[in-house]
Amino acid sequence: MVNLIWAFMAIVGIVYAMFNGTMDEVNKALFKSANDAVTLSIGLISILVFWLGIMKIAETAGILKALSKALMPIVSRLFPEIPKGHPAMGYILSNITANIFGLGNAATPMGLKAMEQMKQLSGTDTASRSMITFLALNTSGLTLIPTTVIAIRMQYHSVSPTEIVGTTIITTVISLISAILLDRLFYYQSVRRKK
Amino acid sequence: MAFITAVSTWLIPCFLLIVLSVATWKKIPAYELFVEGGKEGVKMAFSLLPFLVGMIVSISILRSSGAIDAMINLIAPVLMAIGVPPEIIPLAFVRPISGTAALGITTELISTHGPDSFIGRLASTMQGSMDTTLYILTVYFGAVGINKMKYALKVGLLADLVGIITSILIVRMVFG
Repeated sequence: MVNLIWAFMAIVGIVYAMFNGTMDEVNKALFKSANDAVTLSIGLISILVFWLGIMKIAETAGILKALSKALMPIVSRLFPEIPKGHPAMGYILSNITANIFGLGNAATPMGLKAMEQMKQLSGTDTASRSMITFLALNTSGLTLIPTTVIAIRMQYHSVSPTEIVGTTIITTVISLISAILLDRLFYYQSVRRKK
Repeated sequence: MAFITAVSTWLIPCFLLIVLSVATWKKIPAYELFVEGGKEGVKMAFSLLPFLVGMIVSISILRSSGAIDAMINLIAPVLMAIGVPPEIIPLAFVRPISGTAALGITTELISTHGPDSFIGRLASTMQGSMDTTLYILTVYFGAVGINKMKYALKVGLLADLVGIITSILIVRMVFG
């Protein structure tokens, strides 16, 4: 899908330029934008290093673990099919906590472990209710502080690079709530259909 | 609304304060851990580089040819009527499909319109608040061999639609 979109954008652009007489602009933009992209990636290093460094401290200091304990009562309610004390719950909580702090690299292995555990619970190749709930949480985006976006805003000399944190959190929370509601809605619909 | 912008400014410094205080209190080697974690940041920035070059070049071809403007002019009246800025459409469309592709588009929008413009703030919020639904479903279900996704895709994409609409409304409310 991405491959198609990527190639399609360039192809449409070049063909359009043929008829629009803008080939000169396209030619210039090609090299200038490649250069810009490299400059940008190098510029991102500063905040990524800083944030991942801080997160490493937070992880070792047990702040992530404390948070996942605090989330336990809420999250376990979302997964009625998972027995109390089952390892799947632990992995789900670590995945959610890592996601909240924007640690995508740490979140994915935890998430895959959680999926493995949930598959053992269900034992089929069909997605179980808990799996879908878990992925609904993940796909709606749990990140609290969008580090990369802030870094890009800094690169382009924003007066206030972090001013979008508030709007981002509100949007995240609303789409998270709607993901949970949609998940429930479709689940009960599928149960009713079976009867 | 001033409250939301205040939270934005205070959140990160206060989080830092908590992390560093807890670390010092627990007597863990904060500085060494910082350096260790930071090395991952360097790696991450370099692994992002080819994604960004690829996507930004492709978009800039499309933009500089004039094709984007032509498309926007075509659909603008409809979108404007329902309050959607047409420039944001490519991002809204790509965000659930690929995180790095969306990051490229976000960057392009921020550099063209400026980070503190309405489009810049909206693109930032959209990029920050959503995740790559299709990628996550493919990786997570694929890794454990689930073939039947049932209603997972429906839930993910509908929630993304809610996210798109919410981000437009919220950014308009907070920043006018």
